[in-house]
Formats: sequence, structure tokens, C-alpha cells
Amino acid sequence: MTTATETGPGAPDAGASATGSVRRPRGARRRPDWGKYFTWTVLCWLFAPIAFMVVFSFNDIAGRHNVTWEGFTLRWYSDAFAYPDLNVALLNTVTIAVLTMLIAGFLGTLLGLALGRYRFLGQSATNLVMFSAISAPEVVLGASLLSMFLTMNLAVGYWTILIAHVMFSVSFVAITVRARVLTMDPSVEEAARDLGATPLTTFRLVTLPLLVPAITSGGLIAFALSVDDFIITSFVSGSTQTFPLWIWGSTRVGIPPQVNVMGTLIFGLGVLLAVANTVLARRRSR
Amino acid sequence: MATATEEPRTRHDAGARAGTPAISLEQISKAYRSGGEDVQAVRGIDLRIEQGEFFSLLGPSGCGKTTTMRMVAGFESPTSGTVRLHGDDVTGVAPHRRDVNMVFQSYALFPHMTVFDNVAFGLRRKREASGEIRRKVAEALELVELNGRERTKPGRLSGGQQQRVALARALVNRPSALLLDEPLGALDLKLRQAMQMELKRIQRDVGITFVYVTHDQGEALTMSDRIAVMNGGRVEQLGTPAEVYERPATRFTAGFIGTSNLLSGTVAGRSGEVATVRIEGAGEVRASCDAPAGARVDLTVRPEKIAMEAEEPAGDRARLAGTVTEVVYLGSATHYTVRLGDGSEVVVFRQNASDAASAAERGETVWVSWRPEHAYALPG
Ligand SMILES: Nc1ncnc2c1ncn2[C@@H]1O[C@H](COP(=O)(O)OP(=O)(O)O)[C@@H](O)[C@H]1O
Ligand SMILES: [Mg+2]
Repeated sequence: MTTATETGPGAPDAGASATGSVRRPRGARRRPDWGKYFTWTVLCWLFAPIAFMVVFSFNDIAGRHNVTWEGFTLRWYSDAFAYPDLNVALLNTVTIAVLTMLIAGFLGTLLGLALGRYRFLGQSATNLVMFSAISAPEVVLGASLLSMFLTMNLAVGYWTILIAHVMFSVSFVAITVRARVLTMDPSVEEAARDLGATPLTTFRLVTLPLLVPAITSGGLIAFALSVDDFIITSFVSGSTQTFPLWIWGSTRVGIPPQVNVMGTLIFGLGVLLAVANTVLARRRSR
Repeated sequence: MATATEEPRTRHDAGARAGTPAISLEQISKAYRSGGEDVQAVRGIDLRIEQGEFFSLLGPSGCGKTTTMRMVAGFESPTSGTVRLHGDDVTGVAPHRRDVNMVFQSYALFPHMTVFDNVAFGLRRKREASGEIRRKVAEALELVELNGRERTKPGRLSGGQQQRVALARALVNRPSALLLDEPLGALDLKLRQAMQMELKRIQRDVGITFVYVTHDQGEALTMSDRIAVMNGGRVEQLGTPAEVYERPATRFTAGFIGTSNLLSGTVAGRSGEVATVRIEGAGEVRASCDAPAGARVDLTVRPEKIAMEAEEPAGDRARLAGTVTEVVYLGSATHYTVRLGDGSEVVVFRQNASDAASAAERGETVWVSWRPEHAYALPG
């Protein structure tokens, strides 16, 4: 990380001045490229916490507190699953996130299609509810969900967490899908009908493939929101632990480096997914 | 036809019925409900489009051309009236069950499919054998001169090439009629002119009925066998390009197609087909007109039918004197505007031939004249 901050702005600048003498008038060459410095600063700021998380997953600490650098080790990686509670919490988080992604992806796609395509009674109300679900304070949402579950006599735990996660992330999928539907040329689907495709075939062969990028990014947002969520989850979890809840619980006694290890692995998985998505998108457009 | 009970509904048998128009519209009307109000887009259209014809719907934007076409394709259902394809009533039939194909103005290609898959789409829906599909797609791409681009995605093609893919995708199904909604609207002028010729050639080669929607009168005149001039949801005139151009039936057609001169006057007297029309303040001219004496009429004369001279012409030509107010040089021709005694203006086109009489200048007094049968009285 430290090397990146030093060579980052330096290297492109050196490249620019080498070619700059050919392309640019003399006076303009000296002016520093502030935009470039600014970009790098923002990037460093964004990535600093992640870099610290990754670096401290290799920290060779002796005691309970993983706050100062004490040397390099791979011990926490070989010992990643030393805390059974943490393993359960992580497994809950991952399965809930995957289920949230699938369910919110499915429901959000239908919702987004309906909102973008049709005019129906209660459409503007649905729009309003969707946006307020995004903008409402999480504390309020969490508290009211809890009272709703209690009123309905539902035992809080794994399934109520899943219901809550689907509820708050479905709007994000719906909004991305709706935006895509609104910018789609309706005559593309008409062309399919015109060429002999039934409404169902048209949806399968034309509409759905065109919506895939929006559904994927909506689903990834839902996944990320679910993995991350602490506030709402803490209201509706009962005695079920998730990764963020477990970390919060262990702050008083010191967070073990295994948390950094798992954080790093989740981050790595996220990067892989993002890269895969980009590669697929590029292949699609070819 | 003999065994009506087991008559197959395939197009080839239907098309074989002699004398049945490929498409017929009977008293078609369409009102859209928008914002609690009815918008009358089409107001009672009757059309019979013959097998193998290149038929154009020509009219200004908003006159109901697209709506008419969408009712033929099945995307809109008429408020009243009947749509027939080869004599069969298809009024309530869904688009995918109609044997017509459409070329959309936006091309509407499937962006996630290759050119091959785009063109094969219709054949696959009919579950044709894959060898057959490959052969037909190759043939269709050959027709539009795009062979070799099968594996390309539409996004990587130019506008003109996308247009050709859209055409091939529709033609490959050998529909009983091809509907084209302003298909060249998005192309630049040069490409558009090239594609006009190309479309005409393709239509002649495949012999399929083309219904062509355009607001460009030049396009309609060049390509069509027959033209329906539309205005305000109605057909104003139906005829061959020459008929529509030479003998506009309404004031609207006269104004919309080409440039035409309108002269208002009163019928002073008549002898057979030809009437003498007095234009107040300008003089008297003879024109073909069947209005009774005393009736007010509007005469129309095409600018290229008018001759312009310094001296009063002899013979039986209709003639009026005026002053040149505008001279526009256009290279191969010059357009003159001449103000007549009644204050109205006529436009005169003159070819710039090498032996042409010396050009008139602004402010010069001239005589404009035409043969009486080249001026028509418009009704209303
Ligand atoms: N879906 C629709 N809803 C409401 N009004 C429409 C709709 N489609 C077309 N119209 C109206 O119908 C009239 C005819 O439109 P259209 O058939 O598209 O004309 P053209 O293709 O000749 O430009 C216009 O006034 C247009 O505003
Ligand atoms: Mg239109």
C-alpha cells in the first residue's frame, strides 16, 4: 500500500512528461495534473481501511489486541476456523446473503418489470414505498420489523433475518431493473412477437437476456447489503449470530485476527465476482 | 376453395386465391385513450393492397401511418373495422400468428444475438430444420449483401448494415407482406438514396408485397407502385406516383407532394371540360375544371409546367403577367418566384439548359404561361 501511494502519482506523471514534449506546447507541460492527484487520493482513502484489514490478517500478535504491527505470520490463515461460534456466524451470513440475493433478485425483477412496463392501480404508491424503504433510517426499520414479528408471533432468528434482508434489498434490485426496462426499446420485444415468438418465448429469449446485467448488479447489491447489515439484523436476530453481530460482540474482549482473515476472504470473493461479471459483460457485448 | 372445411390456413394456399388482395383494410378506425381523452389516430380507412405491390403510406408526422401499420401487424387492435390478410379476417389475431413481418424504424435488432441468430429467429420459431435454417439465412444475407458477417453482434455494425440485417431478418420468413415503418429515417442522405434503390431491387427480386411508411414524398414517388396520401387519420388520395403528383385530388395533396402553385378565382364561363377562371386583379386563364359558372375554385399548377417569357406568348396557352421577386440558382435548375397582379405568387422551375433563353432578373416583368390541361381545379 505504501509503495502504491508513492509510485502511483509519480509513474503516470513521468510518462506524461516524456510524451508531453512532443504533443503539447511548451508552456502547458509544467502544469501539474491536479485531477490525477485527486483521483489517487480518493482511491487511497477508499482502500486504506481494506488494506489495513488485509495487512492485519498477517499480524503476528501475542495477546488479544490486534491493533499494533508485531510481525508477519500466516498462522491465522491455517487457524482460520478456530472459533466454532465465528464459523457458524459466517456460515449464517453467507447463506442468508445468497438466499437474499436469489429471492430479492427474483422478486425485484418482477417488481421492476411491473413498475417499468405497466400502468396499474397503486403504481405510484409502490414507487413511493420502494424509495422510502431505501431512505428510511435502519434503526426505525429494525425496530418496527421486530414489533411486527412479535405481533405475528414469529420466533425471531435465521428466517426473520432472511425476511428482513429480502425486504430492504428488494427495492435496490427493483430500481435497477426498472431503470433498465425504461431505457429498453419496446420495439425489440415487438420484433420478437412479429417474428412468431409467443409472449413467453419473447420473455425467455429477448426480455430476460436484456435484463440480465441489471438483475446481476441488483443481485450483487442485495448480496453486499445482506453481508454488511448490522443494525436491522441486530433487532430481528434473536439468539442467531451473523458475522457482523459476532464481531460487535467480541469488540469488548478484542477482535481475533481470524476476523481479518475472513474479511479478507470475503473481500477476495467479492473482487472475483466483480471481475467475473465484467468479463462476462464484455463477452456478451462482443 | 372447393373443400372449404379442410382449407389449410397456410399463406401459400391463401395467396393462390386469385384476385384476393394481400392486405385489405375495411373501415379501420383507431382511437387511443390518453390522459382520459380519446385521440382519434385513424378515422375510417379503406385500402386494398394487391399481391406483390410496393405500396406506400405517405403523410406528415402524426397522420396515423404507424398506427395503421401496427394494426396490420397486430400490435394495435382497431376500435372498429376489419383487417384481412389474403381474405382472412385477422382483426383479433395476435402478432405472432400473423403472416406479415415488420421492419422497425429503430431496426429493433436483438443486441445480444449474432447477426446469424437475429436472422434465424423467425425460422427457429417455426421449428425448421437446422440445415434449412442455415441455407435460408445465408441466402437472405446474400440478398442484403452481408454474407460473412454472421458471427458479428449488431452493435458492431454501421447503421446501414443494421438496416440490412433488419431487412434480412424479416424477409427470410417469406411473409405474405413486409411492413416497413420509415426504415431509412435514421440514415444519412447518400445512404438513404442508395438504400431506396436497393429496397426496390430486393422487392422486385423476392416479389413480396411491401407496405412502406414514409413522410418523405420523394421516397414515396421514387419507389412505389401506388401511394396512399394520408392526412389527419384519413386517406386523402390513392393512386400511382404519377397520378398523385400530376393530379392532386385535394389542396392537402397538392401542397404536400412537391411544390405547387395555388391560384384562387371564380369560374367565368365554360366550354366542355375547360372552364375560364377569372383571377381578380391578374386576368383570366383557362383550366380543366367541372365547377359551374360563378363557383369559387382553387387552381393548382406544378412549377415545372410553367413557362416564363419576356413577351406575351401566342396560342391558346393560359397566361398571366407578373414581376420576378426571387431568383434561386440551384445548379441544374433555377427557381423563380413571380408576383401576379392579384398579389399571389407562383413558383417557376426552369432547367439551366445551355440554349435556354436569357435568365430573368429580379424586378423584371414577365409572362408566365401553361397549357390549360396542366391546371386543375381543386375541390373545396
Ligand atoms: N400509444 C399511443 N397513445 C396515445 N396516442 C398515440 C399513441 N400512438 C400514437 N398516438 C397518436 O396518434 C396519432 C397518430 O400517430 P402515428 O400513427 O404514430 O402517426 P405517424 O406514424 O403518421 O407519425 C398522433 O396524434 C399520436 O400522437
Ligand atoms: Mg410513425
